[in-house]
Amino acid sequence: MISLAGRDILHGWGKFVLTGFGLGLLIGVTLTMGGVYRGMVDDAKVLLDNSGADLWVVQQDTLGPYAESSSIYDDLWRSVAGMRGVDAAANVTYLTTQVRRGEEDVRAMIVGVEPGTLGEPGQPRYLVEGRHIARSHYEAVADEASGFRLGDSIGIRRNNYQVVGITRRMVSSGGDPMIFIPLKDAQEAQFLKDNDSILTQRRRTAANPSLNRPGIPGLLESVLASQTGNSTVNAVLVRLAPGADPEETAEHIRRWKRHEVYTRVQMEEILLGKLIATSSRQIGMFLVILAIVSAAIVAFIIYTLTMGKIREIAVLKLIGTKNRTIVGMILQQALGLGVLGFMIGKISATLWVPIFPKYVLLEGRDSVTGFIAVMIMCVLSSILAIRVALKVDPAEAIGG
Amino acid sequence: MKGLAGKGKTIFLLTGFLVLAGFFFYFMMRSGPLAPVEVTETAAEFRSLTPALYGIGTVDSQASYRIGPTIPGRVKELSVRVGDLVEEGQILGAMDPVDWEQRLAAQDSAIRRLEASLQAAEARIAEVAARGKYSLDAAQAKRQEAQATAALVNSARAERDALRADLARAREDRKGLQRQKDNLLLVSPADGLVTARNVEPGTTVVAGQAVVEVIDRKKLWISVRFDQAMASGLAAALPASITLRSRGDQAFPGSILRVEPLADAVTEELLAKAVFDSVPDVLPPLGELAEVTVILPPLPETAVVPDASLQRLDGELGVWILEDGSISFRPVKTGRRDLEGFVQVLTSLEKGERIVQYTKKALSPRSRVKIVESLEAKK
Repeated sequence: MISLAGRDILHGWGKFVLTGFGLGLLIGVTLTMGGVYRGMVDDAKVLLDNSGADLWVVQQDTLGPYAESSSIYDDLWRSVAGMRGVDAAANVTYLTTQVRRGEEDVRAMIVGVEPGTLGEPGQPRYLVEGRHIARSHYEAVADEASGFRLGDSIGIRRNNYQVVGITRRMVSSGGDPMIFIPLKDAQEAQFLKDNDSILTQRRRTAANPSLNRPGIPGLLESVLASQTGNSTVNAVLVRLAPGADPEETAEHIRRWKRHEVYTRVQMEEILLGKLIATSSRQIGMFLVILAIVSAAIVAFIIYTLTMGKIREIAVLKLIGTKNRTIVGMILQQALGLGVLGFMIGKISATLWVPIFPKYVLLEGRDSVTGFIAVMIMCVLSSILAIRVALKVDPAEAIGG
Repeated sequence: MKGLAGKGKTIFLLTGFLVLAGFFFYFMMRSGPLAPVEVTETAAEFRSLTPALYGIGTVDSQASYRIGPTIPGRVKELSVRVGDLVEEGQILGAMDPVDWEQRLAAQDSAIRRLEASLQAAEARIAEVAARGKYSLDAAQAKRQEAQATAALVNSARAERDALRADLARAREDRKGLQRQKDNLLLVSPADGLVTARNVEPGTTVVAGQAVVEVIDRKKLWISVRFDQAMASGLAAALPASITLRSRGDQAFPGSILRVEPLADAVTEELLAKAVFDSVPDVLPPLGELAEVTVILPPLPETAVVPDASLQRLDGELGVWILEDGSISFRPVKTGRRDLEGFVQVLTSLEKGERIVQYTKKALSPRSRVKIVESLEAKK
């Protein structure tokens, strides 16, 4: 039994391979777009995973700390840590800003964590190089995506921080790499004004006669000192005791501490449903259109490939080949093209994904879905071609 | 390609396809959920850890004098400027004495008047005494008269004594006034350095307001703050290394003078004073930021692991043990840590056990791992 499809492919293999290659690149683009979408969602999820928290205690009536700014006093964590069902609580600050790397800027999310405690919520969960923060000031652990290396110096506001550890996949929901620094430094970075503003503020206060009274020495100094202090953080991250119910503990804190508390489920809703909702929908929409366009192109390619062979098919009919054999040949060719295209697509997507500036996640599940979709498209489009092929008049072989 | 014979062509294409399929499966296994997690390994060491504490503080003077008047008034003159070296007892400036000169002059007049009165009283005693003598001579029998004269002398003497006491009081009053006038002078209480000149002559200041500030330049210390959670073992007399912000490349040897009995409850820090072994030649400005690293005595030998190898699984802190290429989680109890990122492990870790140090992904007990030399990111 000779495989007609195989013979035909061998006959015009250059055309077949090139078509498969083109198709593969198209499938690769579609897979990548899917990966971009998945990466976006994953960035948001990994942010929650990496925080190591089960509950987020934030300012009342805010969606903080990721979706909205939130500000709470930095001694709240103590009373939270003492509540039922709470295993550990830790202060944290988040600030997305430009940090200096030598001559250039890097966009990064500065995370202030309590140093000196290992594996507390908010701290980097694992490292790929170096060590955790051991000093209470001026040390940093940076994500490798920020481009910093061990021993580099990071300029944040007026201080320089030494990179002592490198971590991986620690990103904000926007995909910005995280840089972990000690909490007190982060509070300063977040709330301390620049020197010019501080000077202006001092002059302004000194010019205020009610704050700079001649009869009360020291009043002005006290007022100035009170203006530079800061004792707020963005959120308290809570790790639950084993077996504690998140919702129950959250309700307890909400009720008695009068702060907003989000559980993991709610936080995911906020991030996915609110923070990255429009941008992910945008990518999702583009992905849908790209998939449709790709499907259409696959269909046209297979259709034109068959139409190019219409004369040969007529000859086959003329010599009395069975319809089933002709259908089989077209179908096999279409599926072969699909498999070839998918493999090239997958390989090319895997190859170019690391070049992307933001995280692109190629999920195995998506690949399987993609493969099935490609196969279905090939079958559907070959049906179109088969209808034409079966209708062809054998006379065309000698007529045309 | 026409040259290829039928069979050769088939083999050629088949080979190509197989190579492609091989690549495909390679990439499927290398990326995505099927791929093993790359990790690096290290061994649990047994050694002594030398922990160190790290704090920041500001340069301060042990003795800082805020010199000002004790009564309200106007500053008349200031003879020193910021940066001047002054000696103990040196007059730095003076307050406007207003009417002090006149009050002193009035007191002088009062003293002179009293002195005159005293002289008058002395003369009167002499006179009365002389008259008494005369009358005694003239009429010796008149006893009564003699007694009267004696009483007169006594009275004159009493008057003189009262005047003497008045004079003494007036003189003391004058001394007091002079002292108070001297108090208007601003005098340096010690050898030192002028650090601030808060007001200029002509300014009115209230009692107790600092006009000039002087520090004792030989006695500098660092008011240093240590995070409470990271300050176990902090004690007086421990050696320390002091780095000034303006001289970041230079570490000055020093020691902890004392740990303050009061901690800062708001900032959650312990306070301590660190001193230089010898004060730098170029004095650091007061208020400059300084980093203080305190070296603690070495701890007894225990298992020691890098802090990067400690990870948390289901709320428990532990290490991933590597055995025959597979991993298992073992919860551990940790002790002290040093500034180089090493941590004491107090329980359940044998010497030389292989553990995971760095990992490319968070690990779970089902993770497959691949041990590599380093996870260093490509430049």
